[in-house]
Amino acid sequence: MPEQQIHTQTFPNGLTLIIEPMADVQSAAFSLMVPAGSNYDPPGREGAASVLVDWITRGAGDRDSMQLTNELDNLGLQRNEGVGNSHLSFTGATVAESLPAALAIYADIVQSPHLPDDEFEPARIGVEQSLKAIEDEPRQKVMIELRRRCYDAPWGTPCEGTLEGVRRLEPGDSRELFERCAGPRDAILGIAGKVDVPATIDLVGRLLGNWKSKPAATYQSGPRGATRDHIHHDSTQTQIGIAYDSVPYHDQGYYAAWAAVSVLSGGMSSRLFTEVREKRGLCYSVYASLNSLREEGRVLCYAGTTTERAQETLDVTLRELIRLGEGIAPDELKRCQALAKSSLIMQQESSSSRASSIARDWYHLGRVTTLNEVRQKIDALTVPMLLEHIRAHPAKDFTILTLGAQPLEVNLGVS
Amino acid sequence: MEFHETRLDNGLQVVAERAPGVHSVALGFFVRTGARDETDDVSGVSHFLEHMAFKGTARHSADDVNRVFDEVGAKYNASTSEEVTLFYAAILPEYLPQTFELLADIIRPALRVEDFEMEKKVILEEIGMYEDQPTYTAYERLMHTHFAGHPLGRSVLGTNASITALQAEQMRAYHQQRYAAGNILLAVAGNFDWREFETMTHKLCDAWPAGSPPRPVPEARPTGGMCLTRKQGSLQQHVMQMAPAPPSSSPWRYAADLLTVVVGDDTGSRMFWELVDPGFAETAEVGYNEFDGSGAYMGYFSCEPDEALRNIERVQAIYDDVNKNGVTEVELAQARNKVASRIVLRSERPMGRLSSLGHNWLYRGEYRTVADDLATVRSMKTDDIRKLLELYPLKQTTTSSVGPLETLAGATA
Repeated sequence: MPEQQIHTQTFPNGLTLIIEPMADVQSAAFSLMVPAGSNYDPPGREGAASVLVDWITRGAGDRDSMQLTNELDNLGLQRNEGVGNSHLSFTGATVAESLPAALAIYADIVQSPHLPDDEFEPARIGVEQSLKAIEDEPRQKVMIELRRRCYDAPWGTPCEGTLEGVRRLEPGDSRELFERCAGPRDAILGIAGKVDVPATIDLVGRLLGNWKSKPAATYQSGPRGATRDHIHHDSTQTQIGIAYDSVPYHDQGYYAAWAAVSVLSGGMSSRLFTEVREKRGLCYSVYASLNSLREEGRVLCYAGTTTERAQETLDVTLRELIRLGEGIAPDELKRCQALAKSSLIMQQESSSSRASSIARDWYHLGRVTTLNEVRQKIDALTVPMLLEHIRAHPAKDFTILTLGAQPLEVNLGVS
Repeated sequence: MEFHETRLDNGLQVVAERAPGVHSVALGFFVRTGARDETDDVSGVSHFLEHMAFKGTARHSADDVNRVFDEVGAKYNASTSEEVTLFYAAILPEYLPQTFELLADIIRPALRVEDFEMEKKVILEEIGMYEDQPTYTAYERLMHTHFAGHPLGRSVLGTNASITALQAEQMRAYHQQRYAAGNILLAVAGNFDWREFETMTHKLCDAWPAGSPPRPVPEARPTGGMCLTRKQGSLQQHVMQMAPAPPSSSPWRYAADLLTVVVGDDTGSRMFWELVDPGFAETAEVGYNEFDGSGAYMGYFSCEPDEALRNIERVQAIYDDVNKNGVTEVELAQARNKVASRIVLRSERPMGRLSSLGHNWLYRGEYRTVADDLATVRSMKTDDIRKLLELYPLKQTTTSSVGPLETLAGATA
């Protein structure tokens, strides 16, 4: 692969700008991370950040809410706003010529939002409704609730907030969160696509270089939920969520951990798909993925199946997770390496995925791993390295959550 | 960009768009078959057959199929709609030969009885999974009601009963009829060599049986109606609606696309400002669905149950205003910018171009470049929208709603 050019610049106020110019695309994309995520929600007011990320776009600088949306739409910007544990995230992609104008609007959104009182309630109701929509989607619900039970609060607390928390929210809660947290310290802006590097550095310096710094914010920690739990839900299928400890992205064993999960759930020839779905027909959807916070990592596993077959699905899935430590065939690792290679190369076709990827790298590592570097690390993996990782981080001490008509038994003695 | 097209003696059509600057290549077989081509006794067979393609052929076992795709790092899958069954893969250029060979092999699957019975369980699980999703239930019943008596009203997944009763022999007969070469389009986009691709196509597909099974495509004349499905325990009311819109072959389809962006895009549209921004609905959108011979505007919103009726009225007020006064220059300019930017972003990946290339040829027998699409979008005037609205006004002809309500707009669950 041709070596990427990555330019990074940290401004005196703390904001880090990362730029990756791409030769073969006509678009440009950005990913702006602002350190005002759900971890900083006031206790009992879970959802303050989630409401803020909607409210904050309802007027900024010299534009009211409607003008702001119209301007972004006129730029053809495909955009998304979201909330994570540590950061609010704003992403957008459009034709390259429109990027500077879009960035100017986002600079206003994060530095001088109006946060008008009369727009708070619609934003709050919107979040309350989306939480209710999740209640109606059992597949999503089980994984959100699984996180709550395998990570301590606030890391496991749903980033979107809770219905109780959101019902209590007042404008002061989200405004206070903005005042306290939303500044350039630990803020990250990733830009990728057809861009000129010096001009972009200059532009971002003008737009965000004077963003006023704030002291680092803190949050309170709390306990996680039960490691074995069942949520009653009248549904055709039972949803199964399983979690166990692994390593975070910055850990030197990360790629071995990634490959181990990929053996379980990388492609359609992976173990979970083959054993649970193809050989036994137990479910339509089953997967495992490696989830990484900055300091902790978990393997999160999902299966959804009709209630009468749920017990067998749980038994077979757990057996496969445990069996991984007994041995891995060289071909299994080779297939993971092939999948990684094509994913990495195809990433170069999308400015959006590169912008998000460089911003995420900076958050986790304080640097950007180039695609070649990732590829070398993955190509260097061997079966003994994977087994060594599994010995150090075995599939045990499971957190298991089910959601459906009946609870299940956890049979760990199965072989 | 470089375009090529050919047709094998057995009727298989091939279209190719070469973009040497990209890193990957995407290819797909578009089979012109889906739920609308089924009969009651085989309801769901198109989708089930799509699954069976991955369960092995005379030359490959089921394990082989998944293993070989994974060995080359392919992004591969398949999908089934009312009208098209698509098998596709995106790969690095050096793996095109083995991926093409496998993809061409799996669409003539062995259909072994033991595999068929095992996969039946997976299909039944998929039906169970969708039953738990209110939006899916709303869509199924909407299509069933809106296209009552028309082939488009058929369910893609089928029912528990139809799938349970289905026999491998029936699937074989369906396959033999519908997977004739004249009913299939092969499309390829991205980084590849046309000469080599053409040679491979002859080698892999020349022996396929010829044939062009019929598909009647009368334009649907929906009489409309209301279908309310009670789902206790659900917190939101989901409302999905349809009205007639231009069919896939119509020159009005670009105008229909722009109209729905003005009226019901997820940001900055009339429905956004009237329903979502003030908090009356969690989401509210309208889009344009094109089918063979028919078309539909499809609206959707979800909200607090006690707001559902008022939201239906709000949507009607928007439709009344647009039908009467059209859209403004400012609104249309914004929609053009949005659509143009989406076209550019989508076309950067070969997988995005594959879809556009395949559907344009399958439905209209035409090749359109990104520049053609951009030029058409930019040429649209408010007058075009007005003419479209005279032919196909926005309406709430058919409504399907799922949620806790027992009654809604005169209908009872």
